[in-house]
Amino acid sequence: MRPFDYERPARASEAVAAVAADPGARFLAGGTNLVDHLKLGVSAPTALVDVRDALDDTVQALGDGGVRIGAGVPNSDLAAHPEIRRRYPVLSAALLAGASGQLRNMATTGGNLLQRTRCVYFQDVTTPCNKREPGSGCSALEGHGRDNAVLGASEFCVATHPSDMAVALCALEARVRVLGPDGERTVPLDHFHRLPGAAPERDTVLSHGDLVTAVELPPPPEAARTAYRKVRERASYAFALVSVAAVVRVRGGRFVDAHIAFGGLAHAPWRARRAEEALRGRPVTEEAFRVAADTELAGARPGRDNAFKVPLAVNTLASVLRELTEEVR
Amino acid sequence: MDTTITLHVDGEERVLTVDTRTTLLDALRDRLGSTSPKKGCDHGQCGACTVLLDERRVLSCLSLAVAHDGARVTTAAGLAARDELHPVARAVLDHDGLQCGYCTPGQVCSAVGMLAEAGAGWPSHATEDLTAAVELDDAEIRERMSGNLCRCGAYANIVAAIREVSG
Amino acid sequence: MTAPRTPAVGAPTARLEGPAKVTGTAPYAYEHPATDPLYLHPVLSTVARGRATVVHTAEAELLKGVHAVLTSANAPRLADTEDAEFAVLQSDEVAFRGQFVAAVVAETPETAREAAALVRVEYEERPHEVELDPGHQDLHTPRESDTGSPPDTRQGDVEAELARAVVLVDEVYRTPRQDNNPMEPHTTVALWETLPDRLTLYDSTQGVHTVRETMAAVFGLDPENVRVTAPHVGGGFGAKGAAKAHNVLAGLAARAVPGRTVKFALTRRHMFSLVGYRSPTVQRIRLGADAAGRLGAVVHDSTGLTSRVKEYVEQSGLCSRMMYAAPARATTHRLAALDVPIPFWMRAPGEAPGMFALETAMDELAEACGVDPVELRVRNEPGADPETGRPWSGRRLVECLREGAERFGWYERDPSPGPHRDGQWLVGTGVASAVHPRANNPGSVAEVEYGSDGRYTVSIGAVDIGTGARTALTQISAEALDCPVGRVRLRIGDSDLPGATVAGGSSGTSSWGTAVFEAVRAFRDEHGADPGPGARTRAEASHNPDLERYAMYSFGAHFAEVRVHADTGEVRVPRMLGVFSVGRVINPRTARSQLVGGMVMGLSAALHEHSVVDPRHGHVVNGDLAGYHVATNADVGGVEAHWLDETDPHLNPMGAAGVGEIGIVGMPAAIGNAARHATGLRVRELPLTPDRFLH
Repeated sequence: MRPFDYERPARASEAVAAVAADPGARFLAGGTNLVDHLKLGVSAPTALVDVRDALDDTVQALGDGGVRIGAGVPNSDLAAHPEIRRRYPVLSAALLAGASGQLRNMATTGGNLLQRTRCVYFQDVTTPCNKREPGSGCSALEGHGRDNAVLGASEFCVATHPSDMAVALCALEARVRVLGPDGERTVPLDHFHRLPGAAPERDTVLSHGDLVTAVELPPPPEAARTAYRKVRERASYAFALVSVAAVVRVRGGRFVDAHIAFGGLAHAPWRARRAEEALRGRPVTEEAFRVAADTELAGARPGRDNAFKVPLAVNTLASVLRELTEEVR
Repeated sequence: MDTTITLHVDGEERVLTVDTRTTLLDALRDRLGSTSPKKGCDHGQCGACTVLLDERRVLSCLSLAVAHDGARVTTAAGLAARDELHPVARAVLDHDGLQCGYCTPGQVCSAVGMLAEAGAGWPSHATEDLTAAVELDDAEIRERMSGNLCRCGAYANIVAAIREVSG
Repeated sequence: MTAPRTPAVGAPTARLEGPAKVTGTAPYAYEHPATDPLYLHPVLSTVARGRATVVHTAEAELLKGVHAVLTSANAPRLADTEDAEFAVLQSDEVAFRGQFVAAVVAETPETAREAAALVRVEYEERPHEVELDPGHQDLHTPRESDTGSPPDTRQGDVEAELARAVVLVDEVYRTPRQDNNPMEPHTTVALWETLPDRLTLYDSTQGVHTVRETMAAVFGLDPENVRVTAPHVGGGFGAKGAAKAHNVLAGLAARAVPGRTVKFALTRRHMFSLVGYRSPTVQRIRLGADAAGRLGAVVHDSTGLTSRVKEYVEQSGLCSRMMYAAPARATTHRLAALDVPIPFWMRAPGEAPGMFALETAMDELAEACGVDPVELRVRNEPGADPETGRPWSGRRLVECLREGAERFGWYERDPSPGPHRDGQWLVGTGVASAVHPRANNPGSVAEVEYGSDGRYTVSIGAVDIGTGARTALTQISAEALDCPVGRVRLRIGDSDLPGATVAGGSSGTSSWGTAVFEAVRAFRDEHGADPGPGARTRAEASHNPDLERYAMYSFGAHFAEVRVHADTGEVRVPRMLGVFSVGRVINPRTARSQLVGGMVMGLSAALHEHSVVDPRHGHVVNGDLAGYHVATNADVGGVEAHWLDETDPHLNPMGAAGVGEIGIVGMPAAIGNAARHATGLRVRELPLTPDRFLH
């Protein structure tokens, strides 16, 4: 670990200015991912700009019936927030499925969105990795591939995004508020994380100096049924093999609409628009679940070690849809 | 880069100069002689370093000391009041919720933090109805304590100890 | 041998060091107070085989606070490097990835780590092979002299019995590489003093005397000038059962900065190449039986790997030599020597993987014969040890099975093979036997002294790695001395105390307790029942001829309920129950914890554990506790350990066998057999991850 400077500005604008002015500077919030990377040598900043004083750590109601979640809100507080539990239970459930009690107390909303892949080669500086060191090659492509992506990967990177929270936010059609050197902007969550393409070193559309200041949720769809289902190798404290966030509406035995996102399958939370399309207006049947899931996974390109993710994702989505529609079938 | 910070550790004010790279865990262990938080993995994967930071359970291995200037840190040693063990520590001892003891101070701190979380009505992954009051049954305790690995496999006794304290 | 009876043994005494452990004030190796310590951080090889041709240290040496950078070019020569594991920095050869190639000693841990990252190593790489692949590799037969038991055995006419069998099971079972991962990483705090040369280690070890012997030999020191202490140890499970390369590196570093204490804690990642692990195994089992399931032949062929540096054999076939009656049997062990770190003991070495194979095969046989799995084992109960013909010192497997079946509610199961459905979950139950040798190792010495405060001090260089040995030995001492526990002061964990064998092989309490009994007998002979203050006697455990007369094993029966999610393949184990025959139980509280702990590690092995080696680079890619999954609290449901009320009259004066390992043996098979009953799928390879059940 190289030595670094540390500062803790009181305002977001000061933090943005400080990082923007120094190519070696990085934002620090909960530290659960960044401090790990400092130790591993994955990240070697010259300065850390601690944004915990600068970030909003409250959840506020918005005029349109939605909510604004400050980027500094810890994961545990967000999961326990009465309004989130009542109106966005899929978000609470996703947060609670992630990490551990201690980590959720430390990790922030903004940091959770920006956490980097747990690909074992990305985290090991002795092995080539295009994400960590562009142009060095992808060790995971021909290597240990259980956790690799099956959707939207490239020849340069097969990493998956590890967040549970982001999967739920994706299904909830969240918007990310960003403050950059040139001012504020809003990015829809499903455009926030990138697919790797030829530039896997970039996880998101953010540029150096851009700071996530808040996440906004639109009002939840009326009478929606929601679920977050995470499949992992341990009963707790493990990253997802596959996860599904679903927000569905059913009327008269038919799907009105569905918002579905997968975790564990891609470089970003994977919005399952094909599955959503396949469900819209369809009767609530086992066949509809299967068709929707199969349609979404038709484009999967698994490797040697992760072929199981395709049937697992199909089964998990079908299982979630079955549970969500139990009473109406 | 050295910085001078103040930490209130187990009720005692400690002023120390740390490298910005020094974690809270290393500051406690290497600089302040606190043996209570343990280093099991140093990467947030085991929970042995759990302390209460301003009364919330956190992992001291992923906390930079410099970022917690002025904080109140409570370790398992500080939970004891004079010669009296904290009720959670007492229950862990009574139920033999330990073997090698290396994860134990972290388990105790985690349990104290967890009971406060449950007391505040926070749900967990094991909570069926996220809007209902929390009923701290065994499944809840297990899930909420899963951030603390115990390789000796003392989980069942740890759960029994916490059940006794919470009941 | 008869033991005097006092209530001390058999009482559920709370761990004596418990209050210090629950508050975190009990000092482990790293926490030994030291004035102005220095910190060591190593540099590990990043190739699996070759030479570290150039080690660039200049940049690291320039860093402020760096005291020394050790490489093979400047490290002092060691006195004895016959054991290649200890030839640390003695040449530029790289024999496996993750081997020490350099080390930094610095003022702070941050500086040591930073400097180690600045050391640049140039390698001349050679082709390497790191994955066990028995079909395509040169295999060799291990030497009996290395293991103490013949690699191959053969009894009766195996071919004839297999040919005659009405029912034949012939399957291959695989267990993966597993890593011990005690919660406390291996740590050594070393101080080298001069005039005369003297080395002190505060070490995380299962044997202070074994580490002292090794260090004395390697550094050419008089053993009197080496001291190793280990007051508290954060688990070991075998991985701390002998000195390791990091002890030597710490000694080398301390020698480079005499008079300064050097602290060296391995990182979790370092442990995956430096402290041993369980070899992967490929085991072919052939069982030939008549229609009623009576065995005619048992054949167990086990293949594992070893390091080219040093041989270690995972003796998975031993269990098949004694477990069940059969007129014919054969066992073989073969090894592939590869460019890998050195495998070593991991909880129940041999028995743990071996009994996964044998007990899964027995379940397959039960199913093929249509015989209840409990009954099948009862039918194949041998009257004497099939391997040696010796009588058992006590074989009560059948009682364990029967009592376990009763307590578990075994016979409520639908005996038909699965799937058995309960909503979205497939539910089943399984059984497996457990076995572990009962040990009483020679060589331990104990000392008894009577103090002016009316208390006895019992001293022995044993170690409590979390087993409860400190408490159990205190109870044993009280029983031997015929006094209350409160009048015994036990001293352990220091090589300045009388010699003791290693805390391993479920032998500690048995071997050390024997020495304590002998010392007390000698003390009474010398000083009588009413000794004066300062009376002191030391004695070594005498040879127990019964060890050669009887076959001594502990047995157990595991029962498990397993639920497999029909959609996702997730496996849950809501219920585990074991009944064990382990002789007399010294302390029911700590013994239960050990048995339950073994069962939990067995569950962990069944469902999660697997060190994945990258054949291109030669390292474990999931070498941390996020990637190498050990069971969490949420993975463990109901778990019960029971034991039979008994005493082994032949093993030792206490009549008690060790309980540290038997809990893990057979547990993965019970879980796998239950998963088969739940799903109808037979998985012959660990771990039972969700993908195995997606069909």
